[in-house]
Amino acid sequence: MNKQPQAERQRMEADIVCVGFGPATAGFLATLSTQLLNSDGTPVVESAVTPGLPPQVLCYERADDIGFGVSGVVTKARALRATFPDLDRAQIPMATPVDEEKVLYLLDPHGASRRSTTLCLADTFLRAFRWMLPFEQHALKLPWTPPFLHKHGGMVLSLGQFMQWVGTQVQSAGTVQIWPGTPASQVLIEKDTVVGIRLLDQGVDKGGNPSGGFTPGMDIHAALTVVGDGPVGSIGQQLDAHFDVPARHQKRDWAVGMKFVVDLPEGSPLKPGTVLHTFGYPEPEIFGFLYVHPDRVASLGIFVPSWFDSPVRTAYRYLQHWMLHPYLWRYLQGGKLRSWGAKTLSESGRRGEPHLVGNGFARIGEGSGSTNVLTGSGVDEAWATGAQLAEAVFELLQAKKPFSKQNLEDTYVRRRRASWVEREGRVAEKSRDGFQRGVVRGLIGMALAGMTNGQLTLGGEPVQPWKRIPSFENYYRDRTAPGEIVRLRDECETKGVPLHSVLMDRVGWPAIPFDGQLLVSHQDALLLGGKVQAPGGYADHVFFLHPELCQECGTKICIELCSGQAITPGENGVPNFDREKCVHCGACLWNCSQANPENPECMNVAFRAGTGGLHSAEN
Amino acid sequence: MSIAFQIVVCAGIVPDPLQTLEPVATETGPSLKNEMLLPAVLDPWASHALYEAANLARNQAGSKVWLVSLGQKAKLQQVLMTVAQKVPFELVALDGPASGFSESAEVAAVLAEAIRAIPGLDKSKLLVFGGWESASRGAGATMQMVGERLGIVNQFQGVDELKVAADGSLEILERIEGGKYQVSKCTGAPVVLGWATGNLPEPKNNPQIGMVNMRTVMPALQKAKPVELAGEGLSFASVTLPKQLRETKIVKDKSPDDIAKEIVEWIRK
Repeated sequence: MNKQPQAERQRMEADIVCVGFGPATAGFLATLSTQLLNSDGTPVVESAVTPGLPPQVLCYERADDIGFGVSGVVTKARALRATFPDLDRAQIPMATPVDEEKVLYLLDPHGASRRSTTLCLADTFLRAFRWMLPFEQHALKLPWTPPFLHKHGGMVLSLGQFMQWVGTQVQSAGTVQIWPGTPASQVLIEKDTVVGIRLLDQGVDKGGNPSGGFTPGMDIHAALTVVGDGPVGSIGQQLDAHFDVPARHQKRDWAVGMKFVVDLPEGSPLKPGTVLHTFGYPEPEIFGFLYVHPDRVASLGIFVPSWFDSPVRTAYRYLQHWMLHPYLWRYLQGGKLRSWGAKTLSESGRRGEPHLVGNGFARIGEGSGSTNVLTGSGVDEAWATGAQLAEAVFELLQAKKPFSKQNLEDTYVRRRRASWVEREGRVAEKSRDGFQRGVVRGLIGMALAGMTNGQLTLGGEPVQPWKRIPSFENYYRDRTAPGEIVRLRDECETKGVPLHSVLMDRVGWPAIPFDGQLLVSHQDALLLGGKVQAPGGYADHVFFLHPELCQECGTKICIELCSGQAITPGENGVPNFDREKCVHCGACLWNCSQANPENPECMNVAFRAGTGGLHSAEN
Repeated sequence: MSIAFQIVVCAGIVPDPLQTLEPVATETGPSLKNEMLLPAVLDPWASHALYEAANLARNQAGSKVWLVSLGQKAKLQQVLMTVAQKVPFELVALDGPASGFSESAEVAAVLAEAIRAIPGLDKSKLLVFGGWESASRGAGATMQMVGERLGIVNQFQGVDELKVAADGSLEILERIEGGKYQVSKCTGAPVVLGWATGNLPEPKNNPQIGMVNMRTVMPALQKAKPVELAGEGLSFASVTLPKQLRETKIVKDKSPDDIAKEIVEWIRK
């Protein structure tokens, strides 16, 4: 065991420390920062740690810049407009109003996807009667979509560009500071009171052991810790582990979203503000989106959910097949990759809500269960929760009241419960349960919930994600002999590559016709699109908690799913992790077929605080 | 006795080197496609100069570092949130274009004027640091012209090391042609040093340094002087990127010799 050198861990005092600069924290800081100073520059309320000055508000962001590692979005922007009533879209690159929305059911032109009997019958019917339906290029445009899916009046945004813009607005007030490239590794808890955070150690080896230039991460003590570190954030996970989650709440539904930002070909007929949503292909469980920005740029991608009962959850290859669908490829052919990225989404919504507050802490945004899983909206809700907390904090600061659990309940939680976020979140809470028992049932369940304000839903209690991952042998039992799978697995392990590609080839998925522009290798997407890198001197942030479970695991879905090819076959059956290729999507956290023996709600992969990742601000 | 220097580091911002750059023609001359969308970093060459300056200031009691930076204010603010965590400095911000297509002489004039305007600057203690070239344009001319405008005749380019003797004289290790080094000595400040890479690693992020820097960074940004570069007399006949041929392959079971052979064959193709 390595001996820890006696390096002094420094400590700094602040009034409020925020973890993660996403839409929720941006909403918090944008709302709070403008209230802290009078017009003559004097503080409205004074700092407890630097008397005479306004409260010291610090925000630490994991990514190397404030616009990295976030995703493109279509949003109603209700909360954004409430914060910025005079919002000028022209100031935000890539922003445009929503103009046209379509929902498309994509049929499978290759016969390679796994479709239920119901879907196969529906496909046969659609093809037979296509002459009388809005059907073209193997796709049916739904003639009507329920209002809850509409984003009319909203905006298409690049969240990366939006966050950069907001960051500038927020910091120009001079009352808050946002520090990128600085992950928070640990929440500091004393007698069930959160007293601050510890920043990540620097100058350590892969295992976190001190090496050259060891610098212990600083402790930032604050009266209030605002946790907005997203669905897989390290601090949020630690709070859940310490305080547990409320009764009947659980985080079992997840999805990974993977996207491209694309320069559309010259003469593209797609107008800015066009919003397409798809389902049905490349697998019935995979949903897709295409949003058109100004200047012939589009954000497009797919969502692969945790209820997709497949050991082959390769978002990257499926994304390529999705782009190649005839309905979409006619728009994309000749396009060029500009940016690429991936991100985990918490699909549990309000059911995944943790304890929102406690002594010394408050949780906002996606990690606090704010995402509306019925309308597919998260940014607006996250922003709203941040703004609600800011109003509450300002109220408490003015009243000189401490950030106790009760005071935060009376101010922040009260506001949140009375807001549209809560009202709509309750409608959405069980709307997706039907997907636990199939796509068709899930779609019907969503429609029912949406049209009855959540009064009617189709049941299907979510199960732990690890229970939903079949073996390759079982999944491919009708298409490939078990012996053949064993042979292919051995070959792939020897080469150090995932298994999914050869299996998909084997069952009829066509080869990807790489063009070096838009259809590029996964590795090139990392380099050209994501510009992925990690600075040296930090520990690995992905660990396999019980290596013996990995050795027994036949699926190793962590390798198949990994968005950055950062997890690869390793010696003795334990996967390797390459920190320099990780995009911090966090999908390995819930893509593991082995339950954690200490907590069956969790799995055998630990996803902790880490540096690096995407270096693109266009996502 | 330790000499207290006044070290002024000239450092612009450039697109993050990981980004894909594409020159485009605009009405006002060449530019980079979507430049405003691209994340920016402190110019890597000038970053070395800043780290060396901070190291020197730490070792020479009483020394102080100023960072003079010309760039679009919003981008500058963003970049400084990363840089300000690394070393202590006082910012002098200039709000203007940071393009690699700017005229070096104009940029030098603006920087020299900003340096001259720093209150309390004592030329006898002045060390002007910068990169010997820029990641956005390797003209290598700007720092020389800054020195000329400030009337500093002792100039060194491609510097990798600076030693200060007890009497304040300086010993400078410079890169010269043919992969060789030259050691020069001068009696002391003022000098201009255009840094190559130096020998220091990138400093670790230190939140306390960030907090201290922020006391001057935000006010400096708020009063950043707007700068217009006319670009008179400057024209570009053409701007192109080197052609790239890209082919990626993951190889884990080959020896370095075999990999080298394959790369050579690929280049020959």
